[in-house]
Amino acid sequence: MFTRITLNFTKRNFSSEVGGKTTALYNFHLKNGGKIVNFGGFLLPVQYNDLKIVNSHLFTRRSASLFDVSHMLQTEIRGKTCIDYVESTCTADIQGMEDNTASLTVFLNEKGGILDDLIVTKISEEHLYIVSNAARREHDQTLLLKALDAHKKRYPSADINVTFFDPSEKSLIALQGPKAAEALTSITDVDISKLYFMNTLVGNVANVPDCRITRCGYTGEDGFEISVPSSNIEQVSEALIANENVKLAGLGARDSLRLEAGLCLYGNDITADTTPVEGALTWLVAKKRRELKNFPGAEVVLEQIKEGSMVKRIGLISESGPPARQGAIILGADSRPIGHVTSGCPSPSLGKNIAMGYVPVGQSKKGTELSLKIRDKIYEAVVSKTPFVPAHYYTKKK
Amino acid sequence: MALPRFFLRATNLARNPSIFSQNSYKVTSRYFHVSNCAFAERLYTDKHEWVEINNKIGTIGISEYAQEALGDVVYAQLPDVDTVLLQKDECGALESVKAASEIYSPVSGKVVEKNVGVEDTPSLINSSCYEKGWLFRVELTNESEISKLMSESQYKEFLKTQESH
Repeated sequence: MFTRITLNFTKRNFSSEVGGKTTALYNFHLKNGGKIVNFGGFLLPVQYNDLKIVNSHLFTRRSASLFDVSHMLQTEIRGKTCIDYVESTCTADIQGMEDNTASLTVFLNEKGGILDDLIVTKISEEHLYIVSNAARREHDQTLLLKALDAHKKRYPSADINVTFFDPSEKSLIALQGPKAAEALTSITDVDISKLYFMNTLVGNVANVPDCRITRCGYTGEDGFEISVPSSNIEQVSEALIANENVKLAGLGARDSLRLEAGLCLYGNDITADTTPVEGALTWLVAKKRRELKNFPGAEVVLEQIKEGSMVKRIGLISESGPPARQGAIILGADSRPIGHVTSGCPSPSLGKNIAMGYVPVGQSKKGTELSLKIRDKIYEAVVSKTPFVPAHYYTKKK
Repeated sequence: MALPRFFLRATNLARNPSIFSQNSYKVTSRYFHVSNCAFAERLYTDKHEWVEINNKIGTIGISEYAQEALGDVVYAQLPDVDTVLLQKDECGALESVKAASEIYSPVSGKVVEKNVGVEDTPSLINSSCYEKGWLFRVELTNESEISKLMSESQYKEFLKTQESH
């Protein structure tokens, strides 16, 4: 994008047209001083006038922020064999999940390459809800429809209904941060004190019925993603930011927050050329699915789980020098190129530079000293565990 | 400075002009800067660097528009003293949380000084882009090429065309 690398958002995510689609909150963003950019074909705020990205980032970590993520693809799937159908595309054990719980998973191709990452929510045996990436909207729709055809061949009597929601119908907002629960509690009629991380329910929010509240997010903080009919999204958003502990945040803070949380951005950190094992996401391949060997690319992925992969995604910290951005070369101890950075930024929480990238497994161990080549100069970096900043999810005390 | 397209687009797409007018032009424009008994006009490139020339020494920085688009600068990589540059040579970079932007030299010459203060405190580029936030100084080797640069008023017109796309 830009003459060189720069932003952590992928090139592909930016449409070349000046125009773009809007979410139902577009005017709300403008009214609140949003600086609008084209992201994945959508006009969304990168930040708001009243808060610099660094401050917005830090505010999320200590209070709460509201993000418009309505550009993401929301899909509902209903029908008797819907679990079998969706499992044919991904690595989650949806059958084994309890009702009203959600799981991160990945769509894979036949080579085990990641086609997208998504959250699949099992509302019941016959009702699933999926949220996947905006930049993959069309791809994911095609993938799900193709898989549906294949499913119907296996189950000719299958009666499955797939609904892809347009942002004009259904919006999605993410309320993230340690004060998110308090802010939501004050405007909802449901008890969220027992709604744990990756659990979901439906309730009234700001007097708007039928809001789906899922305790999840992409910042590493406690928080919620709330799916709201678009006709009422402004009402819900207004009510949330009326709370002094909640401020609007844009794509800029969202990107640095997810990076600190060690979470992957599809298109940068994971692509069709990386498997879950290479992407350090082996945990997404459910035990039962490994036993059944019935997910796309199972042969490749199971072989890698057993024998290890050649390369692996790692976290890197550099104490000084410029931040490494996507494409920066990672050098080994002998100064030879061994891999590249897939995203990176200065970490507002740590005051150091953080990055993710791929290196040979032999050099992926925590503490390994590597170097980064940025604009022809070499800087020291150390392989670090991720998340870079500890996560604060609301999990049930055992 | 090569502004990331991201930000150019950010301004292009803003339907509400007040979003930008609030911050982009908060610095009162000073057409002339008096120093060393000579009047020096700031000249601009289409990549948003400025240069102010006094007795063959050009002081270089980035414009208010550029610093605003880039956001909080957290790291400045400047050309070392004695580096020989040609006009438009890439010679450094500025990093913010959201982006990296290359710096291109507006003039040809040899670097005679870099602003160590900016290396230590990159935020000077945001708070004082025309004064304390200057980046480096060059001894010009080809003064005729400054005819390719824009005057302050031409640059302001240029910014309008950028935003009206």
